[in-house]
Amino acid sequence: MLRAWKIRILGAAVVAFTVIAVFASGHSPELATSRVPIPDLVELRSGTFRYRAAGEFTRDGKPATAPIMATTIKRTLAVMRNQVTAANYQRCVAAEACPTVDPDAAAPDRPVVNVSWWDAQAYAVWLSRETGAHFRLPTDEEWAYAAASRFNDDALPEFSDVSDPGRRALAIYDRDASREEILDKAPQPIGSFGANENGLFDLAGNVWEWTDTCFVRSTLDARGEVAMITVNCGVRVVEGRHRTYMTDFIRDARAGGCSVGTPPSNLGFRLVRDDDR
Amino acid sequence: MISRRTAITGAVVAAAVFAAPALAKELTLPRQKVELVAPPFVHPHEQATRQSPKIMEFRLVAEEKDLVIGGRGAKLKAMTFNGSIPAPLMVVHEGDYVEVTLVNPSTNVMAHNIDFHAATGAAGGGDLTLIQPGEQVVLRWKATRTGVFVYHCIPGGSMVPWHIASGMSGAVMVLPRGGLKDGSGKPLRYDRVYYIGEQDFYLPRDAKGKFKTYATHMDAFEDTMELMRKLVPTHVLFNGRDGALTGKGAMPAKVGETVLIVHSQVDRDSRPHIVGGHGDYVWETGKFSNRPEVNVETWFIRGGSAGAALYKFLQPGIYAYVNHNMIEAFELGATAHFRVEGIWNDDLMTQVKPPEPIRTETIQGKAE
Repeated sequence: MLRAWKIRILGAAVVAFTVIAVFASGHSPELATSRVPIPDLVELRSGTFRYRAAGEFTRDGKPATAPIMATTIKRTLAVMRNQVTAANYQRCVAAEACPTVDPDAAAPDRPVVNVSWWDAQAYAVWLSRETGAHFRLPTDEEWAYAAASRFNDDALPEFSDVSDPGRRALAIYDRDASREEILDKAPQPIGSFGANENGLFDLAGNVWEWTDTCFVRSTLDARGEVAMITVNCGVRVVEGRHRTYMTDFIRDARAGGCSVGTPPSNLGFRLVRDDDR
Repeated sequence: MISRRTAITGAVVAAAVFAAPALAKELTLPRQKVELVAPPFVHPHEQATRQSPKIMEFRLVAEEKDLVIGGRGAKLKAMTFNGSIPAPLMVVHEGDYVEVTLVNPSTNVMAHNIDFHAATGAAGGGDLTLIQPGEQVVLRWKATRTGVFVYHCIPGGSMVPWHIASGMSGAVMVLPRGGLKDGSGKPLRYDRVYYIGEQDFYLPRDAKGKFKTYATHMDAFEDTMELMRKLVPTHVLFNGRDGALTGKGAMPAKVGETVLIVHSQVDRDSRPHIVGGHGDYVWETGKFSNRPEVNVETWFIRGGSAGAALYKFLQPGIYAYVNHNMIEAFELGATAHFRVEGIWNDDLMTQVKPPEPIRTETIQGKAE
């Protein structure tokens, strides 16, 4: 009761957050707070990797394949080993810091699903406040880096005849139609989809994950350099068995876009810890 | 349990009174046995025929079974003819006799029968075909009117809407012997024909909003009927499953090919529309003696009827075929796709400039 009262008074909560943050720095996770533990994190060393750019690209007025870029993760990246569970999320709801998304979302061992980007944001803010560490959604680059071999690059090759929108539409359609259909869309217990080489569980399982990366359309010049961009942060990159773009307030991916492609089975998330921000 | 079973049996007995045994007189005409295929495909047939009328033999088997019709555990206690929703399209010509052997295997628990809208008398054959599990019956009717017509199970009382909303409907196409014609009598032909059966489904949910599952059809009866009476479907589907005709199930065609689309809906009205295409010739009420409408944008299928539309694809790509109540198409499932191969025609459409940041006159002036 006392805790709920505190959080309802925003000013008090912010003060509490600051105090905890100062107190927490330099201490081991379990000392950060007696109430919400720091989640299990995997620390990935900084490094450079080949990254298929997100967003859409055009060149000479025609759709172009997204370039692969050498991308550097500059600092150690601390990523949640597991997706945020329904029980984790429910705690944030109970604290009146996260919107209720599913009255049944109390399963301690299953990822929370039917969450929007905004819900994930609210959770990150709450978790940061409760633990004193700073948590946020990963960027798409960070997600791809952490996912490593679980990152699925299904970009279509450049078309020899890009002037035929029909052929391109068919190629995209066939790629999407050939995606393995996930028969059991129900969220599975944490760990069901195994770990990748970085020890992160359930990447590219049946729960897709929100990233913080906005949708970007880039116009390439003749040399392949980005000449113009349009950014839409109302749409974020979602990662999982395939990459997709989702309006930020969508909770059920089936409703999220006008594309004919296979939508993600579920929308969930995991966070990264980023204390330097 | 007992009361439910009694209700169902009661309905069966009531309807059975009308079912008189009938031994038909010999009819000496050539016979042709037709192997039915599951929709959206249609068995091979002549469009125009020079043959004299025949007895066309079909076999329909009632199947009570479970079918997954959508995501999130949406499982239907389905009833079907020949296992598919919709039941197969049967094609004959005007003047032919349709001879149907209806089989109700002993593994079923309910009585079934069949009402052909194209047939005349005895509730479209319903009164002469009501059979119990373990029985079969043979019905013959003369195809006197051309067009596409619905058929469905009609076992009496609440069994009628329940059996239909569980999947027991299909369509018959009675072609003119000379084939299809436009309004001026010019022959029309198709390279492909697809049959789309649209049906509204009512799956009960539990207190938490999850779809309920039932051990038997009878267990599902009361909850389902309660929902049906409210007339708010949980699903409106083409061919019995969300996504049945999309992705790998998309219907193939080629640029330059003419496709005949037969569309039936037994209960609710529908309004088919080809996104990016048209109805070149549309028999909205489905009856070929009437002149087809031309260049139609969206057409109307009255609940309880079938309609037909002819369209020649002019551009490659993906065409969504929807019920253009887009709420039903996108939220309830009534969407199919045509996957059309061929060469793009820039004259019909071209993207003059791709998406790029908005340029005002001033900014453009500065940039250049």
